[in-house]
Amino acid sequence: MSEETREQETVATPPAAPKHGGFDPGLIRKLWIALGVACALPVIAELFVDRHHGHGEHFPVDWGFGFYAVLGFLACAGSILLAKGLGLFLKKNEDYYDHDEPS
Amino acid sequence: MMNLHNLPPSAILIFGALLLPLMPKQLRNLWCVVLPAAAFVWVWQVPLGHEFAISFLDFQLELVRVDRLSKAFGYIFTLNATIGLIYAFYVKRWAHHAAALIYIGSSLGVVFAGDLITLYFYWEAMAVFSTFLILFRGLEGSKKAYGAALRYVLVHVAGGLLLVMGLCICYQKNGGDLTFSAELFKDPHLGSWLVLVGFLVNAAAWPLSAWLPDAYPEATVTGGVILSAYTSKTAVYTLLRGFPGYEILIPLGCIMAMYGIIYALLENDMRRILAYSIVNQVGFMVVAAGIGSEWAINGAVAHAFCHIIYKALLWMSAGAVLYMTGKSRCTDLGGLYRYMPWTMVFGTIGALAISAVPGTSGFTSKSLTIHAAEQAHLFWPWLVLEVASAGVFLHAGIKFPYFVFFAKVKDWTLEKADIGEPPWCMRIGMALMAFLCIFLGVYPEPMYAILPYQDVFQTDPYQVFTAGHLVSQFQLLMFSGLVFFLMLPMLRRTNTIAIDTDWLYRRIVPMFYRFTDWSLNGINRWTAALVVDRLIPRLNHFFARGPYRVWVRVNMPFARLNRSMGEVEEFSARRFFYRQAMLGILPIGVTAFLAVVGLLILFFA
Repeated sequence: MSEETREQETVATPPAAPKHGGFDPGLIRKLWIALGVACALPVIAELFVDRHHGHGEHFPVDWGFGFYAVLGFLACAGSILLAKGLGLFLKKNEDYYDHDEPS
Repeated sequence: MMNLHNLPPSAILIFGALLLPLMPKQLRNLWCVVLPAAAFVWVWQVPLGHEFAISFLDFQLELVRVDRLSKAFGYIFTLNATIGLIYAFYVKRWAHHAAALIYIGSSLGVVFAGDLITLYFYWEAMAVFSTFLILFRGLEGSKKAYGAALRYVLVHVAGGLLLVMGLCICYQKNGGDLTFSAELFKDPHLGSWLVLVGFLVNAAAWPLSAWLPDAYPEATVTGGVILSAYTSKTAVYTLLRGFPGYEILIPLGCIMAMYGIIYALLENDMRRILAYSIVNQVGFMVVAAGIGSEWAINGAVAHAFCHIIYKALLWMSAGAVLYMTGKSRCTDLGGLYRYMPWTMVFGTIGALAISAVPGTSGFTSKSLTIHAAEQAHLFWPWLVLEVASAGVFLHAGIKFPYFVFFAKVKDWTLEKADIGEPPWCMRIGMALMAFLCIFLGVYPEPMYAILPYQDVFQTDPYQVFTAGHLVSQFQLLMFSGLVFFLMLPMLRRTNTIAIDTDWLYRRIVPMFYRFTDWSLNGINRWTAALVVDRLIPRLNHFFARGPYRVWVRVNMPFARLNRSMGEVEEFSARRFFYRQAMLGILPIGVTAFLAVVGLLILFFA
């Protein structure tokens, strides 16, 4: 909780920043739909494509349908969580090193 | 007629740069674009297998050695320099251009050097002249840049020392032959490890990586563009040339790829995000060098080629934003799409290219490295590279353009009335790079044609553009994008920095310094108090007065023999002898007697 409030204070935008960064909520909704379609298309396309055909070696872990979608999702979610976790230790205020600079 | 192919391309840039101050002001910037273009023509024209050496002291310095590997790097270095200096056309100070040209020329010198002594000279020149690109921002008033430049040059001098130590050992082991090839380091020994570490410092391999995200973001606007290409990619070249198949490079590259992503996600400064993504990308190339197969080398060269272009484009767009707004933190930026639409388009093309979106150069180059890992049946490296590919889209592909150009609606005219597109030269530079990103993404054949190993394209007909590959790549990227927007609240920027391994020399070393100050200077003060203030005066007193006392001691018995003395007489007799000795008025006979005694002691001793 204290971490959360500290972040609130340090964010440059005023605390009462408009939702969606001030963008039109209708536009945001449309963008979400577009993103959903963009995610669905390559998955649907895989139904008609044999990924393993003529594309070099494959590792046993690649089970086939939707593997890369799952891989992308897990890899990124994992990276963000790892970064967030490490951030607790690694993030410091910007003036952390300031007194070390030569004057 | 002198053979122009014997003129090293480094000489074109370095001597050309030295002419800059003599030129009329109007011509200087044009000259800066002409020089790398001329070097490009040189690389294009020079025949494969061309060599040129000079004798220096007892050494044969091979200034020019042309093979497919050096030529491929020569092409991209000169091409990038030409476009980079078009971008930098607005810079009025000739010294900025001169430092950049000498730095680029030195990196060409490294790439075309046939032996390690020549390479070493150019290597150090790169370190020195690249420092100016950071230092100039310090002269513009950034105190941070000044500190970063100092740390940068110290790290590189230390790396250079390791390199020269390794070279000396290799020189001994190899009977005086320092021709730069993988043969030289075939048997790992201390010398080859030292050379490897020297190279890895410049490749920004973890944990020797912190200098890069420390220094590059503090460079000048154009300095960042130039720096992003050369130091780390000459290091990749040296790894490909000298250490292909060194297996330690595979895990090292995997660490670099992941480390770059995690830190880029933590960063707030847009140019620091890009700096960390250099480490991430060079990680791919280091893995390829570690695999060392012909596919892997091809993949690394292709990746380096495309990486230089799209990374320069990203630094150019970030530089344009910095130049126009004076801000570089994501928390201060956002909403620029309305004011700098062209910069936004170009920057986004660079971001898509680095993410290897099909149709951009990242897709046609990075796939080769991943294919090489598949071919070599290396499961974990393959998995890490796929995960890192997804992560690149996250931190560089979306995060950079999102937080800089979008994220919020902001009225920039309140902060800066003349906010808008950057100068025309910047836009031309970015447009050329963006064109190359897409051109090489849809038509990679010219790039494939300059890769070192052409036979593998016949023996293993690998196709980049297969339906299966497109499907898997789009799945990977789209779901990465989905995660970014789903977890956006967790990615909200804060005004923080993330501590890196430079913490060791920025925090621990100063602590060590203070400890040594306290301990050694403490001993010093203590010794001074004890020895200088007390012991020495006492010794002085002892040695100065001692002889007088001896004189008194020697004479007193004789005085007592002559007459019996009371306390008062005794005291005055002592005083008398003491004064006699002090004033040096001794009877001659006694002095002569003592001298004889002294000589006898010397004689028998």
